[in-house]
Amino acid sequence: MSLLRIRNLSVDFATASGKFRAVDQVDQDVDTGEILAIVGESGSGKSVSMLAMMGLLPWTATVTADEMTFDGHNLLTMNTKARRKIVGNDLAMIFQEPMSSLNPCFPVGWQIKESLRVHLGLNRKQRHARAIELFEQVGIPDPERRLSAFPHQMSGGMNQRVMIAMAIACKPKLLIADEPTTALDVTIQAQILDLLASLRDETGMGLVLITHDMGVVAETAERVSVQYAGQKIEEQRVVPLFDEPHHPYTNALLDALPERATEKRLPTIPGVVPGQFDRPAGCLFSPRCKFADAKCKAESPAPQSDALGRARCFYPLNTDQRQAS
Amino acid sequence: MLNYILSRILTFIPTFVGVTLISFGFIRVLPGDPIIVMAGERGMSDARYAELSAQYGFDQPLYKQFWDYLTGVVQGDLGNSFVTKRPVWDEFFALFPATLELSICAMLFALALGLPAGVIAAVNRGKFFDRALMSTALIGYSMPIFWWALLLIIVFSGNLQWTPVSGRIDLLYYFPDPTGFMLIDSLASGQSGAFKSAVRHLILPTIVLGTIPLAVIARQTRSAMLEVLGEDYIRTARAKGLSTGRINGIHALRNALIPVITVIGLSVGTLLAGAILTETIFSWPGIGKWMVDSIFRRDYPVVQGGLLLIAVMVMVVNLTVDMLYGVINPKIRKR
Ligand SMILES: Nc1ncnc2c1ncn2[C@@H]1O[C@H](COP(=O)(O)OP(=O)(O)OP(=O)(O)O)[C@@H](O)[C@H]1O
Ligand SMILES: [Mg+2]
Repeated sequence: MSLLRIRNLSVDFATASGKFRAVDQVDQDVDTGEILAIVGESGSGKSVSMLAMMGLLPWTATVTADEMTFDGHNLLTMNTKARRKIVGNDLAMIFQEPMSSLNPCFPVGWQIKESLRVHLGLNRKQRHARAIELFEQVGIPDPERRLSAFPHQMSGGMNQRVMIAMAIACKPKLLIADEPTTALDVTIQAQILDLLASLRDETGMGLVLITHDMGVVAETAERVSVQYAGQKIEEQRVVPLFDEPHHPYTNALLDALPERATEKRLPTIPGVVPGQFDRPAGCLFSPRCKFADAKCKAESPAPQSDALGRARCFYPLNTDQRQAS
Repeated sequence: MLNYILSRILTFIPTFVGVTLISFGFIRVLPGDPIIVMAGERGMSDARYAELSAQYGFDQPLYKQFWDYLTGVVQGDLGNSFVTKRPVWDEFFALFPATLELSICAMLFALALGLPAGVIAAVNRGKFFDRALMSTALIGYSMPIFWWALLLIIVFSGNLQWTPVSGRIDLLYYFPDPTGFMLIDSLASGQSGAFKSAVRHLILPTIVLGTIPLAVIARQTRSAMLEVLGEDYIRTARAKGLSTGRINGIHALRNALIPVITVIGLSVGTLLAGAILTETIFSWPGIGKWMVDSIFRRDYPVVQGGLLLIAVMVMVVNLTVDMLYGVINPKIRKR
């Protein structure tokens, strides 16, 4: 059985202008030791689906699902108190903005030791030793001195390492990394991704990597789930996905990769992800899809078979009938 | 840091001169002549009046009087009270502990209730508790102090007979007062019942004086908390699986304290102003009551010197508050 199993997850936000579906019937599985990437443009509900699983959404959100289990625990029926024992312990998450994700009023060491005390009940000496060990593990030089530093005294890359150290403090079984490198510069991005991958190798934890960068996916992920406007529109292992994408949206994302560009200018996907007010009737991608026909604009496609990457498309690409342009 | 403190102290100088001028002018604008007041109902001969006038320098032109006063102040001489003939300094510091004790208690009362109330209101934003609390705070803020004091006296001292109406302690207790703080001195005296009596005398004045700061602190805490609760690091704290109490009370409140401390600093002036009224109502022998009495007696040196010292206190407190920011949020220290 998989470590994380989500079936038919939907999230609705109550907004001033009515209900808004940010996540729409998403299935997700993550196995122990596996790296799953969730990709999609901004606003496709990647963060919200994982925050829903963590129980971190504001009260305006309504979460519904047929199934949501983590490590044998039913997250749907679990009360807040029981969930708090798991969250931050077996199930950890790091975020996009390392600078603002750490509390400016407390030294970073204090923030790490807090987790160690709350979840593992270590004493003062053990906490200190473990914090130093963690800092070494995530490659923070001079850990003894850095423990007493405040977030504003360190760089973004160092702060993200602190966040990672804090997340893996209790040896989680699953780590969700929500765009962990977006706010960092390119060389640091690669270091952080390497760090995450090597931590996975050392600890055997599952890793969910949320990103909108297909390059990151190619380098790090093993399996890829593509989300669009709240829906999961395709899922494949990373090599077949890059070779034979089935959904036109995945195809378009791959075409936008610099190394695949045939012209001088990068091809972009025209249009934007539909928001609350401009959701189209049929397939959500139809207004931007160059293959869309009348049926696409009228009916909402159901996922195809596993062999076709469960693509939500009436006319999947790279099949016997149809080759990508 | 030292440079910062020095530059702040330099900005005190114009304020200082301004306050001296205002306090000097204020008491002279009031109708009434201090020498006539001193003479009392018996009156005095014109010759004696001229003699006293010359003695206190009232025969000099005003600018000369001010200059003499200012040079005295700069040398640390605030003059002597017309009534008691004792130096203003001595009187001020003899009475100041009473005011300080009352003000500290009022501030602690305001903090002890205001901080948790603000936090709870913010966490339950828009719900019943929040609305009830914020309307109560608005009422508390706009309540006239004397009316509120009288109401409390009627209910708790009059009807229920729970608390005394005036003074700092029952007259039957007598003990030395090395610190001037009744709570400490009464405890140190070892006399049974003395401490309890001191506490009972403090309750109503504390509530009366603390009500407005309480309302201000509750409102400020709430709005600061609302802002902080939306920050990324609060989401991180929740992702760590911390309890709600820990998240709100430690991670959020620590950040929300900065604006709260600002209003605490700013309300020190309000607090001292309130102390004047509260002390008068409860016959509390502090500088507030002393100042009011002195105004009625046209005791020029006391009113001038008292106002000046109060102004200096407020300035010092505000400087201290500015330096506290850096202690609470180290990020501010860097700037
Ligand atoms: N608290 C909220 N209230 C209302 N709508 C929200 C809320 N949080 C997110 N949304 C909406 O849900 C949608 C999905 O947001 P989400 O943050 O999951 O996108 P994302 O895929 O993570 O994008 P990004 O790459 O920008 O992080 C967006 O349209 C967003 O506006
Ligand atoms: Mg996101």
